[in-house]
Amino acid sequence: MTIKQDINNKNLKEKINFECETGNYHTFCPISCVAWLYQKIEDSFFLVIGTKTCGYFLQNALGVMIFAEPRYAMAELEEGDISAQLNDYEELKRLCLQIKRDRNPSVIFWIGTCTTEIIKMDLEGIAPKLEAEISLPIIVARANGLDYAFTQGEDTVLAALAQRPNVKQIKNLQEKKTESDNRDYVEHLPLILFGSIPDPVVNQLTLELKKQGIHVFGWLPSRRYTELPQIYEGNYVCGVNPYLSRTATTLMRRRKCKLIGAPFPIGPDGTKAWITKICTVFNIQPHGLEEREIEIWKKMKNYVNLINGKSVFFMGDNLLEISLARFLIRAGMIVFEIGIPYMDKRYQGAELDLLQKTCKIKNLPLPIIIEKPDNYNQVDRIRDMKPDLVITGMAHANPLEARGINTKWSVEFTFAQIHGFTNAIEILELVTRPLRRNQKLEKIGSQQYTDRR
Amino acid sequence: MKLAYWMYAGPAHIGTLRIASSFKNVHAIMHAPLGDDYFNVMRSMLERKRDFTPVTASVVDRHVLARGSQEKVVNNISRKDKEEKPDLVILTPTCTSSILQEDLQNFVNRASIETEADVLLADVNHYRVNEMQAADRTLEQIVQFYIKKAQKTNQLNLSKTKEPSVNIIGSFNLAFHNQHDIAELKRLMYDLNIKINIIIPEGASVQQLKNLPKAWFNLVPYREIGLLTAEYLKKNFNIPFVNLTPMGIVETAKCIRKIQYILNENKANVNFEKYIDIQTRFISQSAWFSRSIDCQNLTGKKAIVFGDSTHAAAMTKILTREMGISVVWAGTYCKYDKSWFEKEISDLCDEIVITDDHNLIGDLIAKVEPAVIFGTQMERHVAKRLNIPCGVISAPVHIQNFPLSYRPFLGYEGANQIADLIYNSFTLGMEDHLLEIFGGHDTKEILNATLSGNDKQSEIKWNLEAQYELKKIPGFVRSKIKKNTENFAQKKHVDVITLEVMYAAKESVS
Repeated sequence: MTIKQDINNKNLKEKINFECETGNYHTFCPISCVAWLYQKIEDSFFLVIGTKTCGYFLQNALGVMIFAEPRYAMAELEEGDISAQLNDYEELKRLCLQIKRDRNPSVIFWIGTCTTEIIKMDLEGIAPKLEAEISLPIIVARANGLDYAFTQGEDTVLAALAQRPNVKQIKNLQEKKTESDNRDYVEHLPLILFGSIPDPVVNQLTLELKKQGIHVFGWLPSRRYTELPQIYEGNYVCGVNPYLSRTATTLMRRRKCKLIGAPFPIGPDGTKAWITKICTVFNIQPHGLEEREIEIWKKMKNYVNLINGKSVFFMGDNLLEISLARFLIRAGMIVFEIGIPYMDKRYQGAELDLLQKTCKIKNLPLPIIIEKPDNYNQVDRIRDMKPDLVITGMAHANPLEARGINTKWSVEFTFAQIHGFTNAIEILELVTRPLRRNQKLEKIGSQQYTDRR
Repeated sequence: MKLAYWMYAGPAHIGTLRIASSFKNVHAIMHAPLGDDYFNVMRSMLERKRDFTPVTASVVDRHVLARGSQEKVVNNISRKDKEEKPDLVILTPTCTSSILQEDLQNFVNRASIETEADVLLADVNHYRVNEMQAADRTLEQIVQFYIKKAQKTNQLNLSKTKEPSVNIIGSFNLAFHNQHDIAELKRLMYDLNIKINIIIPEGASVQQLKNLPKAWFNLVPYREIGLLTAEYLKKNFNIPFVNLTPMGIVETAKCIRKIQYILNENKANVNFEKYIDIQTRFISQSAWFSRSIDCQNLTGKKAIVFGDSTHAAAMTKILTREMGISVVWAGTYCKYDKSWFEKEISDLCDEIVITDDHNLIGDLIAKVEPAVIFGTQMERHVAKRLNIPCGVISAPVHIQNFPLSYRPFLGYEGANQIADLIYNSFTLGMEDHLLEIFGGHDTKEILNATLSGNDKQSEIKWNLEAQYELKKIPGFVRSKIKKNTENFAQKKHVDVITLEVMYAAKESVS
């Protein structure tokens, strides 16, 4: 029986067409993760050790946030640092003491960049020594553009967090509360969810699981560094975002946790599959999910009608692409191409399976998945295929719009609340926005705003 | 190492890319890791460019670290040569390639053997120069390259145009109100009966550069970018240049007089005095505005000015000499241009501040408590925090400083725009102040959906968690969400709103 299943799965797997291009594509530098992580971890400070180039990127990418006294800064390397005329240890100590004095954080994250890689600055070696000297935890994450793309920055930070021995706990109100209503929960081994999502979404997903009697023991990351969950051997862990493969690996290998490989809770179909998988692992019969999904789809009917039968092209830059494509196919769209910076077929295995199943249900051919895409070639293909919607970065959005091609800025999917049943509609809100706008602008006439190719 | 939250000028390669992408049919290839191509985002977003930014990266990844770029850069150059057929490819070093110390010049030499396009290596060092210095240098480098090329092939035309003519050196993308400034300068030249030879670099083809020496003189409207090119042309072809920024009535007149002097040196025999007089008194409104009663109220008000050297200096001159406002201190982040800046305005303000540390600027503003600030986006935010009105006069800027409507800062129309900017900043501040004195707008604290306040008080309770969650919702939608949730709870006969009720309510409305 199981062998037969395996063969079936294999047959299914072989159908997905994976390709790899030149890697000449536009994406955000992974240091951009400080933008959402410093907001998520309220008692943290992020120090990006890099050059003016990194600083200018953050300044431009983060826009208004810069002016809100952010808990991040650049340790800007100068010529003396590069040529090792200055002592890294002393320099970092000086800056970290200043940060400690001015901001008093519970933890400092050092974000390594391309430059620290190239000059081989031993951040992992310096951190423990300095940590002891200034008695403040220092966590090192190498979120550089040599190795990673955009959201993978969060992966490097969470992996570094996961690797740390358990931090001292401060019992918070919420935990006390959950102890009191233990009867709501089924008894099961501790479950820790990983992935940085906004607090409201954390609450929403926690409540969804509570409805199934599953208690979320903790989140990585949590709202404060001091509230990080204790992680022990044998705990179960499950990811909420598709780009967290290093974190998953670290939790499995270093912390001996058991990974629940599930599709990601993006879209009502994804959320149902995610909860179902967790329930299965804990031997719980899920209830009410079917109805819940149907109800959510019903609510999104107007949006679904708008995109039904329309085509979409993912240029690829944030690793959410597989999950989003799967959801949009389920919602009736035809996906021409899924570009993606990096594809971990093991970590995303369940998601890929769900993609296949969804295509089967919808009786559609499987879209091609292009790893490390080449933007130039992609624009050529877009010209040929003329998709109804291109999901792309800001570098290409305006030029494509000027050529009469609808675009949606991909980065918005990273910052919007898109997880769980409650937020499924937010995804369609984003996806349909260009289509809705076009309906309103019909009177203007031409869609072509350039004569160039 | 330096702790930095914000910087006024970008890294060197941004300057090179701004020049490269300003020219027509020039392609830049950055030797850079993934993600360093955010220049494309800036250009596409801020300037709302319709065409793909002609900048690609030759990506530096682990393989490049291990084995060097080898063929990669060369292949990328020749690939772009075939795909885009550019006139020129500029290989752009970044901070990363600076430390890799690969022989990029060698790649350029090898690539140019097989490409149709010319290939250049931008001569900028990340650790020595900033965005503006790099742009200045790259522009000079390109001009020099094409002049020399024309010399070699005997295509350089040194004969002057018959009519007086000018090159305008200073039109680029991602510059402050630049498009409008250039339009205004063109109009000014038209009025003065001076033909435009070429305007570089925006929209110009590199093939046109060999015609530069045909102009009678060069006009460099901004100090930051263009002076090196003008100096090169002066040294090699004896072309005089005017680098007086025509910003404000007085400086515009000065600039026009300098042009008159240069033309008369070349026996053009022109007199622009009447033009200046008519423009100042009747066509432009700003001189009259300075005399009007409105402006009298501004006399002696305290202002501070900060920005790039061109705009900060010009603004200081306008405020003091054309409006009677007292500038407590003026400053620039162009540290390398210190002596010029000091020379220009030392007797127009009490103090001069040269720094690129925005914290210092913030502190200085807080200490002085001026009535108004003229600065960059950063000062605008400092001003917001301190509740002081602020006008943005210099880069770095946001998308709102790339306006669709005509907003020059240069020339006579520019003087009008600046007068409006100054006056509006002040009256707004005054209005705010008066409102404060008389108790503010009366609707300020009312959070109900109806202005009349007849909404019946809700009797539904919120539990602690839900209250906390509600507080996290941004202020401008909070009351709406509160009302929607309470309506939902009422319909469902729920007395206490919990997190679950909140989310259910959210699902039900969407």
